[in-house]
Amino acid sequence: MKKYSGYLIALGLLMLAPTMIYPVFLMKLLCFALFASAFNLILGYGGLLSFGHAAFFGGASYITGHALKVWGLPTELGILFGAAVAGLMGLAIGMLAIRRHGIYFAMITLAMAQMAYFLFVSSPFTGGENGLQGVPRGTALGMIDLQNDMSMYYFVLAIFVIGFLIIARTVHSPFGQVLSAIRDNEDRARSLGYDIERYKLLAFVISATLAGLAGGTKTVVFQLASLTDVHWHMSGEVVLMTLLGGLGTIAGPAVGAGIIITLQNYLASGPLAAWVPVVLGVIFVICVLAFRRGVVGELRELIKRQF
Amino acid sequence: MTQTDDFILQTRGLTKEFKGFTAVSEVDLNVRRHTIHALIGPNGAGKTTVFNLLTKFLIPTRGSIAFNGRDITNAKPAEISRMGVVRSFQISAVFPHMTARENVRVALQRKLGTSFHFWRAAKSLNKLNDRADELLGMVGLERFSEAIVADLPYGRKRALEIATTLALEPEMMLLDEPTQGMGREDVELITQLIRKVSANRTILMVEHNLGVVSTLCDRITVLQRGALLTEGTYAEVSADPRVKEAYMGKAA
Ligand SMILES: Nc1ncnc2c1ncn2[C@@H]1O[C@H](COP(=O)(O)OP(=O)(O)OP(=O)(O)O)[C@@H](O)[C@H]1O
Ligand SMILES: [Mg+2]
Repeated sequence: MKKYSGYLIALGLLMLAPTMIYPVFLMKLLCFALFASAFNLILGYGGLLSFGHAAFFGGASYITGHALKVWGLPTELGILFGAAVAGLMGLAIGMLAIRRHGIYFAMITLAMAQMAYFLFVSSPFTGGENGLQGVPRGTALGMIDLQNDMSMYYFVLAIFVIGFLIIARTVHSPFGQVLSAIRDNEDRARSLGYDIERYKLLAFVISATLAGLAGGTKTVVFQLASLTDVHWHMSGEVVLMTLLGGLGTIAGPAVGAGIIITLQNYLASGPLAAWVPVVLGVIFVICVLAFRRGVVGELRELIKRQF
Repeated sequence: MTQTDDFILQTRGLTKEFKGFTAVSEVDLNVRRHTIHALIGPNGAGKTTVFNLLTKFLIPTRGSIAFNGRDITNAKPAEISRMGVVRSFQISAVFPHMTARENVRVALQRKLGTSFHFWRAAKSLNKLNDRADELLGMVGLERFSEAIVADLPYGRKRALEIATTLALEPEMMLLDEPTQGMGREDVELITQLIRKVSANRTILMVEHNLGVVSTLCDRITVLQRGALLTEGTYAEVSADPRVKEAYMGKAA
């Protein structure tokens, strides 16, 4: 039980948080925390640097938005549909990229994501530069009115917890064991009889699906899907969140997302507003040079040394 | 040594060219079942390349490979492994961030058929622990089952590699320089271990340490500049003047 106490405390805090902090901000934070955790599954546990995850996050964001606004799907179904489409996109992009390594993998995922970007820009249903606006929040399970920010918050928290549990379980599953083996030594895993591409592909699809879950949820929160969500900046931001929080740690990416989103929010209203990308860039450099394990990774190391 | 003409692994005209450079040239290799067969030769002779060809990590430019009479020239590495030919690597091949037990379990878990189950708890693998510890015991690692492998000394890593390979119960093991970079004691340990695990199996090994070769191996193939120089027992091969010449100037 002790193993989970940290997570239970965090969950308790998240349950109480909206009484003290603006819920919309918290919801944004949770969406990005889920996005970064999903991304970590493929980078931290699969050893593959995807530079195209915005396609899944932003893609699902449009699909969910369209499904809710135009088709009038129930909110949960709209979000799930967005996630499923992101998963299929992950399958398609993954099949093209998964045999490549390192920078080549990153380049192919980036190129494919750019193609998705142009597709979304030019499709009429996305509203182009204006974005897809006025997405209805609807009701949860057909009875809880999500127009209320508090109800919406607990709905988002539930989605986050479910997504997070799926990731944690995936990491600690028979599949997760093979995945870590592949990350540690691909050739050896192959020589033990594993078709490593199929394992990597599955990890990529799970990661894309959950990134889509995060993107679709964000659309419902803000009632808007926009180009920023599919832009390559977003792919870069999620890399930053994951590295800052701690690559390959379960909680790290969520923490990293929290730090970045808080900073962005804080800086955006101050005199440094125009300098946000520069500040984030500096943080990134410091993080890479000084805290190579990320915040959570360094903390874990400290605790290990203390006891 | 069983004197049958039963060859478990045969190659015909096996050739590998890298951009015009021929690393392996027209090699006809015949490995008898249930023997320990050595592949020796000076540095750069093409031994590792032959291993990579046999286990499909490289695609041959020409030639064919047959395992148990079946053509495996176009198989994939993971398929070869599942057929029962499992290799080790010249540089120790372990999973450094996992424990020794987890390393062996990765090999054992494939048979459970749950390796794609991302929804199942990793605890479900605990039923493999006894077998994993038994295998670790065989290579003298019983005390290290919970150790993170990155922290183990080199010799132990190589022993772990053998335990992991054994977990697949391969019909044939390919070992690329299993004693390389080891002290005398470790060499002795690994030599005994190889002898022990060779019962009812075929072993093809690359080995620079001729002491190890002479004590372990039934047959020896000598490669030089990618081509087969000669093949025979240790006595035959070591008496061959061409072999001496190939090694001349070398420490061996
Ligand atoms: N991927 C490759 N591309 C180009 N040349 C290669 C490649 N792999 C091996 N070679 C060359 O092929 C030759 C044979 O290499 P190989 O590694 O098979 O030798 P080896 O007998 O295992 O040597 P050692 O005893 O040093 O391990 C060498 O000259 C090497 O440089
Ligand atoms: Mg070699």
